[in-house]
Amino acid sequence: MQPKQSIAATDKDVKIVSLISVGKHPQSGRVRRADQDSRAVELGMKLLDTGDSTRGDSLVVLHAGDPKEPGLRGYAGMGLNSVRVLELDPAADAVAPLGEYLQQFAPDIVLTGVRAEGGESSGMVPYQLAEKLGWPIVPRVADIISVEAGVAEVLQALPRGQRRSLKIRLPFIASIDSAAQDARQSAYGPASRAMMDIEVVDSSTDQLRESWSEAPAKKRPKRLKVIKAKTAAERFKAATAKSQGEGGKVMQNESAAEQAQAIFDLLLEEGVLR
Amino acid sequence: MIFEWLHPFLIVTALVLMVIGAVRRVNLWRAGQSDQIDLIAGLMAMPGRYLHDLHDIVERDKYMSKTHAATGGGFVLSAVLIILVHLLGIDSQILAWALMASLALMFVGALFVFKRRLNPPSRISKGPWMRLPKSLLAFAGAFFVLTLPAAGVLPEGTGGVLLTLVLTGLIIWGMGELFFGMTWGGPMKHAFAGALHLAFHRRQDRFGAGRSTGLKPVDLSLAHEVGGVLGVAKPTDFKWNQLLGFDACVQCGKCEAVCPAFAAGQPLNPKKLIQDMVVGLAGGTDANYAGSAYPGKDVGNAKGGPNQIITEGLLDPETLWSCTTCRACVEECPMMIEHVDAIVDMRRYLTMEKGQTPNKGAEVLDNIIATDNPNGYAPASRTNWAADQNLPLMRDVKEAQVLFWVSDGAFDMRSQRILRAFVKLMKAANVDFAVLGDEELDCGDVARRLGDDATFQSLATRNLAVLSQYKFSKIVTTDPHAYHCLRNEYNDFGSDALNGVEVLHHTSFLNELVQQGSLKLNNFTGGKVTYHDPCYLGRYNGEYEAPRELLRSMGIEIAEMERSGFRSRCCGGGGGAPITDIPGERRIADMRMEDVNTTGAELVAVGCQQCTAMLEGVVEPRPQVKDIAEILVDQLAEELH
Ligand code: SF4
Ligand code: SF4
Repeated sequence: MQPKQSIAATDKDVKIVSLISVGKHPQSGRVRRADQDSRAVELGMKLLDTGDSTRGDSLVVLHAGDPKEPGLRGYAGMGLNSVRVLELDPAADAVAPLGEYLQQFAPDIVLTGVRAEGGESSGMVPYQLAEKLGWPIVPRVADIISVEAGVAEVLQALPRGQRRSLKIRLPFIASIDSAAQDARQSAYGPASRAMMDIEVVDSSTDQLRESWSEAPAKKRPKRLKVIKAKTAAERFKAATAKSQGEGGKVMQNESAAEQAQAIFDLLLEEGVLR
Repeated sequence: MIFEWLHPFLIVTALVLMVIGAVRRVNLWRAGQSDQIDLIAGLMAMPGRYLHDLHDIVERDKYMSKTHAATGGGFVLSAVLIILVHLLGIDSQILAWALMASLALMFVGALFVFKRRLNPPSRISKGPWMRLPKSLLAFAGAFFVLTLPAAGVLPEGTGGVLLTLVLTGLIIWGMGELFFGMTWGGPMKHAFAGALHLAFHRRQDRFGAGRSTGLKPVDLSLAHEVGGVLGVAKPTDFKWNQLLGFDACVQCGKCEAVCPAFAAGQPLNPKKLIQDMVVGLAGGTDANYAGSAYPGKDVGNAKGGPNQIITEGLLDPETLWSCTTCRACVEECPMMIEHVDAIVDMRRYLTMEKGQTPNKGAEVLDNIIATDNPNGYAPASRTNWAADQNLPLMRDVKEAQVLFWVSDGAFDMRSQRILRAFVKLMKAANVDFAVLGDEELDCGDVARRLGDDATFQSLATRNLAVLSQYKFSKIVTTDPHAYHCLRNEYNDFGSDALNGVEVLHHTSFLNELVQQGSLKLNNFTGGKVTYHDPCYLGRYNGEYEAPRELLRSMGIEIAEMERSGFRSRCCGGGGGAPITDIPGERRIADMRMEDVNTTGAELVAVGCQQCTAMLEGVVEPRPQVKDIAEILVDQLAEELH
């Protein structure tokens, strides 16, 4: 284990921002709190709940769009006093104003969903924000175990219930996986009472997007896996084992330069770099 | 007598203290929220309500009703005469004799109270209540002797110092219990609070053969007020007359004896719940409670006050979530206390303010909000069950004699068998009917019982908006919960969609068809049959006869369970109980199946898909479970053409 680096003193207050979007129920198409985003809020609330009242940690739940959007109330009902809204045309590009806001506000951790439940749903927002802010991004986070001395211990969700533990220096962006803890119940009273803390911001319309038409997503057909197992045990293994990527190699003992060269070669080969 | 002045002085003291106590008690009630009640009309109606409505319930226990009439009647009469004879000193032998007669009546009554308390059943509270018969005897006995001189039986001034002292002691004891204790929180409080509770009852329409079982809607505008609270958080959030109602409890435990959750060992005892509400409204602890505890919980740890959050110290939320809203307690309560309303009021706070609906509650409510059905199925798949049924849609026909309210049973494969059976019967009888198809939404029953009145109100208003577009003279449903909502709870939303519409349960409707001869039935030969009354059909809506008549029309002689009709035991499926799923020692459905088994029936007929699901969930071997529609459809005589 490496010694802990002390970037910030342990007692520094942690500022968390959870980004929320307007969700869409998969069966009814009705507006709701988005599943992953509400898990991001849940995680933020959980981190604040240290039981230590002398700490001044804070959580800002942030949305860019229409403050009158009823879908936002679902988040407020989790017990938020207010939701901060950067008011802009919902069709406008949210990344630029969000980036500027975050740059100014300078939080330690930004939590988002992996992707939105409507609109482009490209999952690009966390990456674009990370690029803009120059921060690391940890995708598909299941939990944040601790934030200590400027370093967060993060559990990343891997397929089939596996977890990878990472240590990340603050500040960073994490996209929250569906494996993270369920969001707490949203209650009608607090949902109706919460304040929308509005800030009007400049935004530019997303020209490209205007020309698109939206249609419900269809599940891509899955390639049938032909299983040649003969016994029940083999079938079980085939159904549960993690599929091993083919090709590739594991480089553990090589020097950093060799490892970097291998990555570079692969990227060239795949046409990512030209 | 030696101290001429002593007894009038004591009587005055007791009466003054009683009045002071009364003012204090009234102020405790007045700390509750206001409620629209006509005070004068209530007071005028009170004696009638006592003699009819309350007495009808007490009358179910003949011993107690006679005992109470003698003791209570004797006491009220004696109290008036004591004031005339001993306080105002009216010198009349007739009055004195009348007083002695009423005291004798009270004394005899008290002896019977005493006798019942010699070996009391576990449901009744002990503690101060064990003292009450003795206090009654002391009061009646002492005043009897004291009245002898006034009646001319004994010469004035009989008895020495000793007798006077003994009598004085007994009088202080008797009046302490009966006058002072009445308003200062003793067992006799029930007379004072009970009388006023009858006058100012929260459900005025319960009286005079009325039936009021629908919950009252929450004022949702409170959700937009800073500091507003939805539902009941603190005792003072109850309406004042609800607080008064809690105070009327006599701790007879009739509610405890019938409560299915209590019997299942879940942490609920309706009697203790009401007593905890009393602790809450008056402030203090439950240390003096002398009845059965909530199963699995000790007495003595509950603390509360008028302005303290009930679920933080006074009640465990699990107690509230154990209730199946079966209303068995309400039906039995001689003081006509409304347990279920209080429970749902407190659930409303937990769900709508705290977001603490336990177990599957939050998920089910989320589903209902997002898809208008509790399992989160696509709203557009609501009519899939009837793909082969060729049902006329209201959207197309606009008008039909009967609107068939399908309910969420549409999504459940077992319930679909009931729906199909009912459709087949309607077709056989050539009923002109139509369904709403995908325009129908969940009726809101589950949301409401789980405390989410906002969602209930949203569903109700949207359902009413759909209904108001079409013309029909009857709504029929196979689901007693939907039936109850449509019939009793949709009236509060200012819609005329159901004006002049008859809302019927399918058993009532089918019974009409059979009685008219529109359905021909063969005799049933499948063995012994018993019938399980669904709570929401029976106790909530008073329909006990139609299902039985239907069964009889197939030649079935019903092997009744001991607990049937208004005493039916719940299946455990109501009030969202299977969703909140509070652990107990037994399952309510298992206990109900034991009731069925003791009749030796091979088939239990039900009239509710929820009951069907609960009873069929009991492990085999057990009797078969069928909805009456399913039994009928099998006996349908084929028309020969
Ligand atoms: S609530 Fe009613 S039934 Fe229950 S103990 Fe009190 S008076 Fe008796
Ligand atoms: S309604 Fe039924 S379950 Fe609830 S307290 Fe009363 S008897 Fe018990």
